[in-house]
Amino acid sequence: MTTTVPATKRKQRTLSLRDRAVRFAEMITTPLLPADYLDIISPLRSGADLRGRIEAIHPETRDAVTVVIRPGRGWRGHTPGQYIRIGVDVDGVRQWRAYSMTSPGDRPDGCITITVKAIPDGTVSNFLVRRARAGTVIQLDQATGDFVLGEQPPAKVLFVTAGSGITPAMGMLREVVQAAGAVPDIVMVHSAPTPQDVIFAGELRMLARQGQLRLIERYTDAEGLLDIATIGDVVEDWAEREVWACGPTGLLDAAEAHWTEAGIADRLHTERFRPTVLVTGEGGSVTFSKTETTTEADGSTPLLDAGEAAGVLMPSGCRMGICFGCVAPLREGAVRDLRTGDVTTAVPGDGVLVQTCISAAAGTCDIEL
Amino acid sequence: MTGLQDRLTPEQVEEFGRELDEIRQRVVADLGKEDVEYINKIIKTQRGLEIAGRSLMYLGFFPPAWLAAVGALSASKILDNMEIGHNVMHGQYDWTRIPELNSKTFEWDTAAPGDNWRHSHNYLHHTHTNIVDKDRDVGYGILRMDADQPWHPYYLGNPVYATLLAIFFQWGVWFHDLEVDRLISGELKWSETQEVRKKMRAKAGKQIGKDYVLFPLLTGPLAPLTLAGNATANLIRNLWSFSIIFCGHFPADVETFTEEETENETRGQWYLRQILGSANISGGKLFHIMSGNLSHQIEHHLFPDIPARRYPEIAHEVRAICEKYDLPYHTGPLSRQLASVAVKICSLALPPVGYLKSLVGRHKSGDAVPESTTVDTQGQRVAA
Ligand SMILES: Cc1cc2nc3c(=O)[nH]c(=O)nc-3n(C[C@H](O)[C@H](O)[C@H](O)COP(=O)(O)OP(=O)(O)OC[C@H]3O[C@@H](n4cnc5c(N)ncnc54)[C@H](O)[C@@H]3O)c2cc1C
Ligand code: FES
Repeated sequence: MTTTVPATKRKQRTLSLRDRAVRFAEMITTPLLPADYLDIISPLRSGADLRGRIEAIHPETRDAVTVVIRPGRGWRGHTPGQYIRIGVDVDGVRQWRAYSMTSPGDRPDGCITITVKAIPDGTVSNFLVRRARAGTVIQLDQATGDFVLGEQPPAKVLFVTAGSGITPAMGMLREVVQAAGAVPDIVMVHSAPTPQDVIFAGELRMLARQGQLRLIERYTDAEGLLDIATIGDVVEDWAEREVWACGPTGLLDAAEAHWTEAGIADRLHTERFRPTVLVTGEGGSVTFSKTETTTEADGSTPLLDAGEAAGVLMPSGCRMGICFGCVAPLREGAVRDLRTGDVTTAVPGDGVLVQTCISAAAGTCDIEL
Repeated sequence: MTGLQDRLTPEQVEEFGRELDEIRQRVVADLGKEDVEYINKIIKTQRGLEIAGRSLMYLGFFPPAWLAAVGALSASKILDNMEIGHNVMHGQYDWTRIPELNSKTFEWDTAAPGDNWRHSHNYLHHTHTNIVDKDRDVGYGILRMDADQPWHPYYLGNPVYATLLAIFFQWGVWFHDLEVDRLISGELKWSETQEVRKKMRAKAGKQIGKDYVLFPLLTGPLAPLTLAGNATANLIRNLWSFSIIFCGHFPADVETFTEEETENETRGQWYLRQILGSANISGGKLFHIMSGNLSHQIEHHLFPDIPARRYPEIAHEVRAICEKYDLPYHTGPLSRQLASVAVKICSLALPPVGYLKSLVGRHKSGDAVPESTTVDTQGQRVAA
């Protein structure tokens, strides 16, 4: 008979009281939710969908910036090397993209940073690099990914990075150099077209001068692409090191081959910025994931017809694109609007809805029905 | 009256459809940030008005405050139902991929559940616009709004039913989704409506609960005043939306169609039907917003999935196309359109001119119907 019993009871009571309060709030805000009103006043409050506010945008190179984001109250923190998905409204359309975090785990101001390089015709990267302004509220997901150093960083580390692939490595690097205790022996081989294109150049070169890092920069415009098979020429003990590699597909594929050949593939960790390369074309294989049905559809057959022919119970109405009765989530893949020819693509989490009656497969696609 | 199909040659219809498609493509390509900012501003205004209305009820003992509360709440409900709810649920903002503006999940501040409405309005009404017997918005299953609907003594009450429908419009819309007429005709089984009924009950309970129980109770001793205020706000919204909606399809010169003439319609012919079957209401900017831009019913019916704020800017082009093809473009101020609707409601309450005559010499009154309708078509035009 101690205090624990009443305490638990009290806890249960307060919980149900809170539940009741929430229920009551829902009854008076019906058909909306209390959040619909609170979001207007306080979009970053705890309990809200996770959002963040852009606090500042710092230029890094001529086409890359670091975006400082204050996450909402629900933010659960991250391990350097991980990435977050952010949702930004570009020209009115919410676009979700993944970015590696470049901040260490515990910035004193509670903010996190990502570093974005504009790619030609890139919707989100160009928006963040050239048009986004401090004060903008963006959508966030919790950090994820296992491209991390782990609890106990290994004694010898090698980062092989290129272009914007420096970002996850930078997060890890910042974490280890500021942490108390012995700094591991770190080598970084980084490729960029010219010295001016090296993101975080100042900070990296300073760490190198301080002896915290051995930095090998490779300027590909002048020296050509790094041949990963010759990595031993610049990093003699490469085979003894735990490796984190991030950069273009070609570099990573070559690294995987080289490390596999050496029989030490388990030492190599890679992060790919383009996990799904969407092949768009005319028609493709359509999967209706909830009903676990897959069918082949040509480029002129509406998904609605293809689904019905395959025996999927497809919602529909007008069958001519006006009633939105056939709308379904495009989980992944590419579809073409039969009226305009526009192609819409999606990866999981994008939240893209398509009208199946006027959309045809433009490659492999997965409809959540 | 010229039939739907012989207004334009097939080539003309084709060309006419292409011109309208071009307008659509152009607007769709231009959609962007301003459209999202606009609807977010309307949503913010609506939420603000609702909070103001609910709060002012606490001063309900002071008549000007009560009136202000009712005004704010009515405006909130009107904005929610027309410019926000109706338009968002049409999928006008689905392209934004913003969950709060998603047509599938949006729910509005009225008795009819969004899901039921999406079917009966977006699909049945918009696809079958003004096809008597198929578009259930023609008369809502209770009124005689078209001369092609056979007359029955029941329709003598037309003006009374219309008045009641206007007063209780949200419940009319709520009930409409049950498709009672199809239940009676046996086309639809009672058991098939189970899902619809479940949603109707749940939504009605919540709406009644908040407007007529919770919020009144929350104002303590002022409960009766709050109840009256909420009821008045619902009434104002009902009268307003009834007026806007009835003026969209029922002024005298708006046409209706038969199933036969709309069989195998091409895109161009479908556009043509939308234009002939809809009517605009002229007015100022605020009026257009409060009508959810349904004052541009013609443009809305042509392009139901384009954000409604775009209708005013394309109206002159649509009108020019109508002139080019010598098609009517129905429009007029609210007062004139309403009067025209009222006249129609009253005149269609009466039996058609040939009705009684046709009874003579016939054994079954049912057989008389086809004949009477032709006569009545003329009768209606005289009344108009
Ligand atoms: C786990 C993960 C972490 C990432 N971290 C970062 C980061 O830290 N910094 C950063 O700048 N980016 C990062 N990216 C890439 C980022 O998510 C976007 O893909 C990139 O910003 C391009 O988006 P966009 O909207 O500008 O281009 P889109 O408009 O989507 O694409 C425009 C064109 O570029 C091509 N394209 C798309 N992605 C790439 C790419 N990565 N490289 C080259 N071409 C591409 C497309 O096929 C298309 O033709 C990461 C991606 C992943 C999956
Ligand atoms: S079925 Fe009506 S929009 Fe697709």
